[in-house]
Amino acid sequence: MFDWWQELSGFFVFELFGVQKESAMGEALHFFLYDTIKIFILLIAIIFMVSFLRTYFNTEKVRVYLQGKSEFSGNILAAFFGIITPFCTCSAIPLFLGFMQARIPVGITFSFLISAPLNNEIAIAMLFTLFGVKITALYIGLGLFIAIVGGYAMGKMKNLEQYILIPVKPIEGELEDVEIKLSIKQRAKDAMEYSKDIFVKIYLYVMAGVGIGAFIHGYVPSDFIAAYAGGDAWYTVPVAVAMGIPMYSNAAGVMPLVEVLTDKGMLLGTALAFMMAVTALSLPEAMILKRILHTKLIAIFFAIVGFGIVAVGYLFNAIL
Amino acid sequence: MKIEILGTGCAKCKTLEAVAKEAAAKVGGFHQVVKVDDVVQIMGYGVMSTPALVIDGVVKSSGKVLSVDEVVAFMNSKN
Repeated sequence: MFDWWQELSGFFVFELFGVQKESAMGEALHFFLYDTIKIFILLIAIIFMVSFLRTYFNTEKVRVYLQGKSEFSGNILAAFFGIITPFCTCSAIPLFLGFMQARIPVGITFSFLISAPLNNEIAIAMLFTLFGVKITALYIGLGLFIAIVGGYAMGKMKNLEQYILIPVKPIEGELEDVEIKLSIKQRAKDAMEYSKDIFVKIYLYVMAGVGIGAFIHGYVPSDFIAAYAGGDAWYTVPVAVAMGIPMYSNAAGVMPLVEVLTDKGMLLGTALAFMMAVTALSLPEAMILKRILHTKLIAIFFAIVGFGIVAVGYLFNAIL
Repeated sequence: MKIEILGTGCAKCKTLEAVAKEAAAKVGGFHQVVKVDDVVQIMGYGVMSTPALVIDGVVKSSGKVLSVDEVVAFMNSKN
């Protein structure tokens, strides 16, 4: 699909700028130019499509849908809704309380809270762009699995409610759907503006990520990567997960790096675990939730999700 | 009329508040622009994605920043 650009960017670097072919500098420059533009094009296209589809769903609708669902099927539904519902960390609190208001069990709410950031549009777009359909599908599938099982496990724990710091009065009876009508043109415009906002927010991270990736691509030998980030040492997965926690806002910059690292010998399970930790275990989200949840509950949440991700990482290193 | 901005304090909520004030000035007359920060109060409107715009107690939009013209249109459609 991007062969033309491979040729053209090669022409720019080697002919127009006169950088020597097959030199480390030339390889790195070519890689950087090719990758950033390719990522930008795909990123904008995918984010636009995802955010357009998402204008048809909102958390208010999801809440009406999840109300009164039984535990296990509710967990599954909540995890799937996490993919298609627009979600931003800043609305984690109203979402949590709103679900409680509708008497949706805490475990189901957590299934949603695990799935939504994991399947955020930036992560999906970057994954698809860099790793293709298969890895993206694996990532989403395993993410859903962690969200369903993790939420279900939390629902089974006793007395979790005591760790919720703000008392919520349940709404009596059925909820009303807050209906906001939009034309297709309006939806497209909203999606366009949303995509633009995201692009402005992340393009520097992408360039930095690809830049460092290009450097590794051109200068760092594969043996070095395999020795430190790759290999099958048992501790690579948990270390990768721990490193992913503080990186939430930089998901866009981290993924191009991971692409290069896997290229150079990092195991795919370790890479997947790292990317999941980056998106699902978000420190900013934990800080926001701390205003309504006891630290103990957040710790349980992180422990269960972290454990799930590490397990997925090991599983993949073993079978791929 | 009474314009309420529901938001827990994210950057988008502040932007919408500024937009609403501008829209109120553009429409003219006396309008009250209020920022609602309290989560429990926000929940009362049945809204979960912030920022949300409420005009005279009716939720007009949620989860996004509007343009000045869009808010003006909401204000005018009421009368």
